[in-house]
Amino acid sequence: MPTVNVGRDRLYEALQQHYSEEEFDELCFDFGIELDDVTTEKAIIRKEKHLQEDTLEDEEIIYKIEVPANRYDLLCLEGLARALRIFTGKQGSPTFSLSSSAIQKMYVQPETALIRPYVVCAILRGITFNQARYNSFIDLQDRLHQNLCRKRTLVAIGTHDLGTLEGPFTYEALPPSEIKFVPLKQRMEFTAEELMDFYKSDLKLKKYLHIIESSPVFPVLYDSKRTVLSLPPIINGAHSAITLQTKDVLIECTATDLTKAKIVLNTLVTMFSEYCEKKFEVEPVEVISSDGNATIYPDLHVRSLEVDLAYINGYIGVSLQSKQVIDLLNRMQLPSEATIGSNGKSKIKALIPPTRSDVLHPCDVVEDVAIAYGYNNILKTLPRSLTQGKQQPLNHFSDLLRSEIAMAGFTEVLTWILGSEAENFWLLNRKHKEHTGVIVGNPRGSDFERVRASLLPGLLKTMGHNKDSPRPVKLFEVSDVVLLDNTKDVGAANERHLAALYCNTTSGFEVIHGLVDRIMEVVGISNAAVGDTKGYYIAPSNEPEFFKGRQANIILNGSCIGSFGIIHPQVLANFDILDPCSVVELNIEPFL
Amino acid sequence: MVALSDKEVTKAQHVEEVILSHLQTHEEIVNSGEFAKANGLEHDLLLSVVQSLHGFNYVEAQDIKKEAWVLTEEGNSYATLGSPEVQVYKAIPLEGISREDLQKKLDVSVFKIGFAKAMGNKWLETKPLVSRKVSNVEDQVQQQLVHIRNGQDLAAADIDALKKRKLIIPLIWKGYSIRKGTSYAPKRTKAATDLTREVLQRGTWKDLVFKDYNYNALGQPTEGGHLHPLLKVRAQFREIFLEMGFEEMPTNNFIESSFWNFDALFQPQQHPARDSHDTFFLQVPEKAQFLPEDYLQRVKEIHEHGGYGSIGYGYNWKREDAEKNVLRTHTTAVSSRMLYKLAQDGFTPKRYFSIDRVFRNEAVDRTHLAEFHQN
Repeated sequence: MPTVNVGRDRLYEALQQHYSEEEFDELCFDFGIELDDVTTEKAIIRKEKHLQEDTLEDEEIIYKIEVPANRYDLLCLEGLARALRIFTGKQGSPTFSLSSSAIQKMYVQPETALIRPYVVCAILRGITFNQARYNSFIDLQDRLHQNLCRKRTLVAIGTHDLGTLEGPFTYEALPPSEIKFVPLKQRMEFTAEELMDFYKSDLKLKKYLHIIESSPVFPVLYDSKRTVLSLPPIINGAHSAITLQTKDVLIECTATDLTKAKIVLNTLVTMFSEYCEKKFEVEPVEVISSDGNATIYPDLHVRSLEVDLAYINGYIGVSLQSKQVIDLLNRMQLPSEATIGSNGKSKIKALIPPTRSDVLHPCDVVEDVAIAYGYNNILKTLPRSLTQGKQQPLNHFSDLLRSEIAMAGFTEVLTWILGSEAENFWLLNRKHKEHTGVIVGNPRGSDFERVRASLLPGLLKTMGHNKDSPRPVKLFEVSDVVLLDNTKDVGAANERHLAALYCNTTSGFEVIHGLVDRIMEVVGISNAAVGDTKGYYIAPSNEPEFFKGRQANIILNGSCIGSFGIIHPQVLANFDILDPCSVVELNIEPFL
Repeated sequence: MVALSDKEVTKAQHVEEVILSHLQTHEEIVNSGEFAKANGLEHDLLLSVVQSLHGFNYVEAQDIKKEAWVLTEEGNSYATLGSPEVQVYKAIPLEGISREDLQKKLDVSVFKIGFAKAMGNKWLETKPLVSRKVSNVEDQVQQQLVHIRNGQDLAAADIDALKKRKLIIPLIWKGYSIRKGTSYAPKRTKAATDLTREVLQRGTWKDLVFKDYNYNALGQPTEGGHLHPLLKVRAQFREIFLEMGFEEMPTNNFIESSFWNFDALFQPQQHPARDSHDTFFLQVPEKAQFLPEDYLQRVKEIHEHGGYGSIGYGYNWKREDAEKNVLRTHTTAVSSRMLYKLAQDGFTPKRYFSIDRVFRNEAVDRTHLAEFHQN
């Protein structure tokens, strides 16, 4: 969930109301966002730089607010404050419009299809910036780049002082050596080729180089005087850099995903057109593709979504009239009207503004009705349908077995399912076999390399880390391991195992053997003669993880379901265990 | 406390008997040391027996302390052979002797200390030869040392001098003076600590005196097995769900395809929400082998173009992304399988629940693990 940092005092000013921290926390909760943290600007910087210092009294208080990942209209103070003002009834939803004055043009060259096919643009006229607004503008672009734009791979944003440029504009893709300009924050001219090198050492920009660096052509935007606007997704030109004095802003978004480019553009203009001379008015730009098709951007059209009133009431569990629903939706920036459907039933027609790209389905409208109504205000009722409770037999059986093992004096442990390759193979003296286990593709460290196929490493590690526990130590675990399985759609399946460990100055081999007998006794399996196909018997084995002559397989109804034995001294040494141990591990699924 | 051997127990019992019977007829044993000597008992053993009797109030013991002096090894040799200065004096013949020859006659340390001391006492003349200056000397030091050895007292100044020369060291002697205690009896009766089968069946319990039980100490810790605390909570949650009429879902599959974990749940490919779960992808088995084909087509359609009232996401849905196996990031992946199955089998009202492990490839910190349980 993305967090937005907003200055508390600026926020309260924009909300036209002062709240205590508790009151604001509750307001956020009601609206569906969360006040995550209260800190100061300097504290954030200190944390980033890992410095230790005390907060000074006069530092600006910053609220860190967590917003849903699909609400791009809440990623800046402007959007947040607006949403909360409308939610608390202080204002109605704004209506966005396109100005009809002379339209700037952006021509798209065909080569752009090789690297970054789409571009959308818009202009904010007569805007007034101050330092705070400017910072907010930059922050929003950063946030969008990180989230929706997937670190600039899908969409890249460029913003420019239109006063320094002259249209019409072109969006081209050229060999890097042919692109030459002074990039932002520099004084010298660079070719795009040189910039790839130059930014290799720039902490912020080096992570975006890979997006274009191996392409024969780089995307670039020019104005009619061949001034470079930007080299997306890397850097803007210094020439058109925005200052606090800028009055007209050109926004261009280049992209590999047109849907997301439109959402990004809409977010920027709807948020910041409130600072334009004509509030909430955006000047459009015509984008002409290489095949001659022209489209006007931004696309600020309002969608309508019809929802049955009965659907809304049934879903939430309330009985609201159309008028009540409309009042609630107005507070959520979804202005609506009541209509009658073709079936004669009452419907609500919700008008979805361009700020709400998260509304995809009538259920999203219903959710907003519920939030505005207040989840805590919904009356709790008993459900009307009859269902029966039912346990999974394997889980029921596991719990019965766990109790029996605990009653036998063993202590339950809960160990990691993920582990290293070493502890799953050679630390157990087990040979590395192909196709035996599940391998993690992107482990963060060696502790996350493998998914366990046995409960032994967990028990042995636990023992190795608790050497000072009073003797005897008796541990057990009943839990899943994962084995490869070609009959399953994903290629792997869980298997429920039971494992127990005994550690003392003596090996306790007969204790573990006794536990095996006890397990069979409580499950109701009788001891049989060697070779019988009904009941269980013990057959000596010869596995490397156990001590020679003190290990055996457990045969149930003719098949081996597990084994027990004294752990081999080499394995004990591998796990840093100083006393002899005996263990048992068996698959309990055959019991069912 | 080390347990005593049987032989040691009988010795101690004998000492006990001697002390207790003595006190029957005498008011006091003034000095435990003298008493031990007089009765042929080991003093150390007597001390420990007195302590034990004192603990049970059979006797009352008062500490007595005596400081005595004993000879060091050096002091002992001088007491026998004479002080070194006198040894040196005696070794000088009447006609005198050279220093080197004199040195050869005596022990190295005796010569060193003795010569210096003799010179200090002005007993010797060194030029031209070493010779006696006085006609005879008295070996006071030897006399003093012998006195000490015999246990006799000395003047404080003499003691200091001997102490300085490290010829004597102090020895603190501790003993007791002993009287009858509040629970005195001529013979010690053993206090019982527990009611045993033996005394119960014999009936001898009626005659026993019981030791006081210490109620302020803790009892014996219980032995036995334990269930894991997290799993105990899990068991209680399961009960709550079952009581409310929920059916448990089969969640025994940690490995899940992206299709069931994400796509079937309408989580779009390439969306931050999908990655921010920070997923463990698998190398083996890397891909799901089969996915329900007709359902897959419907899922693809909804993601790309919408449907059933939704406008969808408007992107190109890729099969390869759906096939990638992951360690499930939520048990909702199982829910999606269950809903599909319910639709196939024919719908009836259902309430499902599950409590099982999920996996997230996030940095581990004090409130976050890579594996945890989810309802």
